[in-house]
Amino acid sequence: MRQLLALLLVFAGALATAQEITAAAAADMSAALPELAAAYTKKTGQTVKLSFGSSGNLTNQIRNGAPFDVFFSADEEYPQQLIAEGLVSGALYRYSVGRLVLWVPHDSPLDLSKLGMKTLLDPSVKKVSIANPTTAPYGRAATEALRHFGIYDQVSSRLVLGENVSQAAQFVESGNAQAGLIALSHALAPAMKDKGRYWTVPFDAYPILNQAAVVLSRSKQGDAARRFLDFLRTPEATSLLASYGFSLPTEKQANGASWK
Amino acid sequence: MNWEAFWLTVRLAAIVSTLLIAIGIPIAYWLTYSRWRWKFLVEAAVALPIVLPPTVLGFYVLVALGTRSPLGRWWESLTGHTLAFTFEGLVVGSLLYSLPFAVQPFAASFGAVDSSLLRASASLGHSPMHTFRRIVLPLSKAGLVTGFALSFAHTLGEFGVVLMVGGNIPGVTRTISIDIYDQVQTANYSSANQTALVLLIISFVVLSTVYWLNRYGSNGRPWVAGPWK
Repeated sequence: MRQLLALLLVFAGALATAQEITAAAAADMSAALPELAAAYTKKTGQTVKLSFGSSGNLTNQIRNGAPFDVFFSADEEYPQQLIAEGLVSGALYRYSVGRLVLWVPHDSPLDLSKLGMKTLLDPSVKKVSIANPTTAPYGRAATEALRHFGIYDQVSSRLVLGENVSQAAQFVESGNAQAGLIALSHALAPAMKDKGRYWTVPFDAYPILNQAAVVLSRSKQGDAARRFLDFLRTPEATSLLASYGFSLPTEKQANGASWK
Repeated sequence: MNWEAFWLTVRLAAIVSTLLIAIGIPIAYWLTYSRWRWKFLVEAAVALPIVLPPTVLGFYVLVALGTRSPLGRWWESLTGHTLAFTFEGLVVGSLLYSLPFAVQPFAASFGAVDSSLLRASASLGHSPMHTFRRIVLPLSKAGLVTGFALSFAHTLGEFGVVLMVGGNIPGVTRTISIDIYDQVQTANYSSANQTALVLLIISFVVLSTVYWLNRYGSNGRPWVAGPWK
């Protein structure tokens, strides 16, 4: 009886590891990645389990042994840190570029297209939600963009920090903040699409948000994880990513980095 | 160690536990003396925050008290801003979050007062209010202190509600538990460790005091019984 039980456990374990890969992903992928994973599962039978958070938080969890197979970061810095610490197997995959947008709810009287970033100087904007710059690439992009337009000092006392860029989006979507600097992928996601307007912050206002993924060296399913990453460069995946505003970078934006 | 976050949190806990004395005593009074057949529903409602995830409270404060709700609009017209991302918002969230930790010890100590004393007072012609003020409250000192201390300690350790409605604003809503979370996320372990240790020691001292009072109460009997046992 005991042997039978042990055998069952072994089988259950084998099934679980053979069929599922676990991905940790930056919050800006919270709408796009489930769709990508579903498309991939439909195609290959391979299921992908997803966990979302800020890139910094996930990096720290990975450092402390989180059982992820692959990590999707909203910038290159965090994966590079993990590479330097020997926690990554293989190379860095860049698969698209994230965009920062200024978002306001539909009922907002603010004229985004005319004012752009200066919208935030309007007295009716009492709170501006951004992601936490210490752990979220979009938060850093937001503060850089505010500095780029020379309004950081005027806005800083009105900033509220989301734990990650999804929470920043939720703060402004729920009307608790009057404007937010969030991911284009959230502005285009079904949950927010019809609820507000956005203005795309120009690329030169903040460091490029290269979406980069790495397979983690702890993973026992490195090959399965890599196949999933390869899928992200198929036309099917790139058009899905594009529908969420994730573009492939132009040569200038890529800045000499490898995008094969 | 982030002293700004520390003092902010102590201020929050002190305000909340003081307000809970004012709010908790009438509720506890009613719970102790009411004979209403549906009283158990109120008791359950008061106890809810013990079992409810803080995220549920956070969600309600954020959405039900946000600009989309009548209550939120009323608050905004009154104060010019929403409850979320403000210190008052944290106070409101924490009042709900720590309510049972004040009310239950209060009610338990009111209920432990010898009922013959109440009858004696009534027979001497005193009103129930007068009896409550002059007999029940003084005899319940221990329960009041316990409720105050527990709601203080509970608010000190609040995390989920603050994470959801605080917006992590330094000096306004960045409490000590959020600060620890940020430190850990940025792998700043030594700083997290310091802050965590301070919080651990304070919580231990507060709880030890409560248990000590419980054991050596004025009349040698345990002062109160409550949910933390």
